[in-house]
Amino acid sequence: MAVINHGPADNLAPGNSEAVWSGQPADARPLAIEARGLVKSFDGTRAVDGVDISVPEGAIYGILGPNGAGKTTTLRMLLGIIDPDEGVRRVFGYDRPHDIGRLIGYLPEERGLYPSMKCIEAIAFMGALRGLPLKEGRERAVELLERHDLGYAADRQIRQLSKGMAQTVQLLGTLVHRPRLVVLDEPFSGLDAINQGKLELMIRALAEDGVTVIFSTHVIHHAERLCEGVAIIAGGKVPYAGSVEAARDHIPAQVRLETRAREGAWLSALPKETRRNGDFFHFPLPEAGVEPLLRQLIEGEAGILSLSIERAGLHDAFVAIAGEAAARQLNADNQENRA
Amino acid sequence: MSSDAQIFGRPRLSALEAAWVIARRDFVAVLFSRAFLFFLLGPLFPVIVGGLAGSIGGEVQRESVSVEVGLALSADENAAMITAADALRPQLGGVVPQLRVIEEASGDSNFDARAFLDQRRGNYAAILTGTLAAPQLVGTQGQVDSWTGPIELIAATASSAAPARFPEASREVVATSAASERTNRIRTAQAAQLVLFLLTMLLGGMVLSNLAEEKGNKIIEILAAALPMDAVFMGKLFAMLGVSFVGIAVWGVVGWGFWAIAEGAIVTVTQTNFRDLPGPAVGWPMFLVLGIVYFTMAYLLLGSLFLTIGAMAASVREVQTLSMPVTMLQLMVFFLSAANIGQTGTALELTSVAFPLSSPFAMLARAALEETLWTHALALLWQGAAVVLLVKGGSLLFRKRVMKSGGAGRVKKPWFGRRTQKLAEPAQ
Repeated sequence: MAVINHGPADNLAPGNSEAVWSGQPADARPLAIEARGLVKSFDGTRAVDGVDISVPEGAIYGILGPNGAGKTTTLRMLLGIIDPDEGVRRVFGYDRPHDIGRLIGYLPEERGLYPSMKCIEAIAFMGALRGLPLKEGRERAVELLERHDLGYAADRQIRQLSKGMAQTVQLLGTLVHRPRLVVLDEPFSGLDAINQGKLELMIRALAEDGVTVIFSTHVIHHAERLCEGVAIIAGGKVPYAGSVEAARDHIPAQVRLETRAREGAWLSALPKETRRNGDFFHFPLPEAGVEPLLRQLIEGEAGILSLSIERAGLHDAFVAIAGEAAARQLNADNQENRA
Repeated sequence: MSSDAQIFGRPRLSALEAAWVIARRDFVAVLFSRAFLFFLLGPLFPVIVGGLAGSIGGEVQRESVSVEVGLALSADENAAMITAADALRPQLGGVVPQLRVIEEASGDSNFDARAFLDQRRGNYAAILTGTLAAPQLVGTQGQVDSWTGPIELIAATASSAAPARFPEASREVVATSAASERTNRIRTAQAAQLVLFLLTMLLGGMVLSNLAEEKGNKIIEILAAALPMDAVFMGKLFAMLGVSFVGIAVWGVVGWGFWAIAEGAIVTVTQTNFRDLPGPAVGWPMFLVLGIVYFTMAYLLLGSLFLTIGAMAASVREVQTLSMPVTMLQLMVFFLSAANIGQTGTALELTSVAFPLSSPFAMLARAALEETLWTHALALLWQGAAVVLLVKGGSLLFRKRVMKSGGAGRVKKPWFGRRTQKLAEPAQ
């Protein structure tokens, strides 16, 4: 595990972060976020039950879980909106996230803006909340709106915008003060496919600039495409937190074999977990690899037509780690979201 | 220096800076809203309605209330009574009733005053029958009690049993006396408390629904993530205080304008000449300064409490329902301090001074009655500390009770409703 950065970090200046972490392994970087044993109960119900998370600086990190799993409560504790009943959290080495409020940008799950505010003012106001002078906030707002093809709407009131535009404005407000840590709670929900794609690009661009991005989602493919690390959360617990690659390694790679011969002594060479599906055999990749097996199949004249090794996806890993029930709930959430 | 460098230098806003960001937004948003015009016009409606109702009521009362005493004596005695009354009136003023000869009684030796009044004829407070030597006053108990003495005096004068004019005392007027000064200053204290109460009642209620917008628009979470909640509360309070001062300034200028144009009419309608209001013990300039400071403290104290109560409400309907008990609370606070004016040092008065919510009212009354100033410094420190405690407590309660769950998978219950329940247990 990486060493915890206990004090005010030397590298907190936004300028210092640019591409600093590019290519460096996660465990070589200081932690932007570290949480140990976070517990939070509401009215006797444990919403979060001993969450441990470590997010290295410059990472894109996903908190993956179904609705009600404790994602938002975890993020709120990390941001200091609510305090944990037990456990510790540190953001850039600070115990109280408000002490470094200027370095953080936050997009909550429930989007909200003052309807009577103009776009430019809304973005500048969100910057002002993080210590950016209003004048500079307005200048940056114009620049950001133009960069995202919304320059024409700068003087429009929020109530005059479409839902997607308002969401974009809020995201720009989250970024206007150039934070070092961006926390996004379900950022993809409510966005169409095009805007989801744009948001993915934006998140990647932030990470390339050295910004740490942590987001919650119940859509696995966003996490799989974007994240360096994930925390899988279910029932308020985190059964897995680490790299996406390591999560996928929870399930052995699957071998898919197609043979000309249907019967023969070579069948006994296949692992006992083998399932037959039409012309194909499926089985976990043997610990010794495929070479010994291949030798036996050739000697047994199985007539290999094709053989492929498929690594498990994050979804399969999620099922293996969080359980069938959590996976079913995740799928139901996704269907509901799409509907 | 660029903003990024500034941000690096100080990774957080100070509490005052944070409160300022909120206060500035709220102040501008309220001041430039159309609703603010109605807010400014609001207090004029009851003034106009009150003025109209007062003048109409006064007119009706003048028409309906009779202090005429009917005369049913002989013609000569009637004339003697009226002459005597006219002679006494310059010295005795309102003590002497208006006298009117009852035409129906003229020449009727069998005139029955009791039957006349029973038949509701005429509009007389009472009727005088008999003779000057043996006058008889007929009327209801109250009227007879009121007018027996004056009528006896007039009758005595008319029959020359008393001098036509009483000796006139020479007059020397002193500016004040201990008794009158205290009595007068109590009037000032009462007036000041009433004004303070009306202003806080009018303006304090606005704070109750102050967080409703943020909760309705879901902005509250952005604010709570960026700034400490007590700074948000403080910013909101200061914004509404600023709005209140703008309102008071506008109403003050309008009131001054009305006074300049129609001083006489205002004195007539209110039955109060504000120029004659006795000076407070600390002097008018200091009293005005203390008035502003105590209004600020009363507003912040009641406002922080109302902000907390309003912030806990789950809906606008709950806020509306809460406004009545909140008004009652304000009335209780006012009565606690108003009941003890002039009783400086008593246990109840000291309670009203020490209880933070009533303290500004009680101390303003003290400023009218006593010259001591150090007690105000002490009280202001105490009230300031109470504001900080209320804001801290309110924000803590808000974070604990309102900013709880993400909402997903949960049913939101109103504040007064059952506890939040999970729809389904998360997967294990």
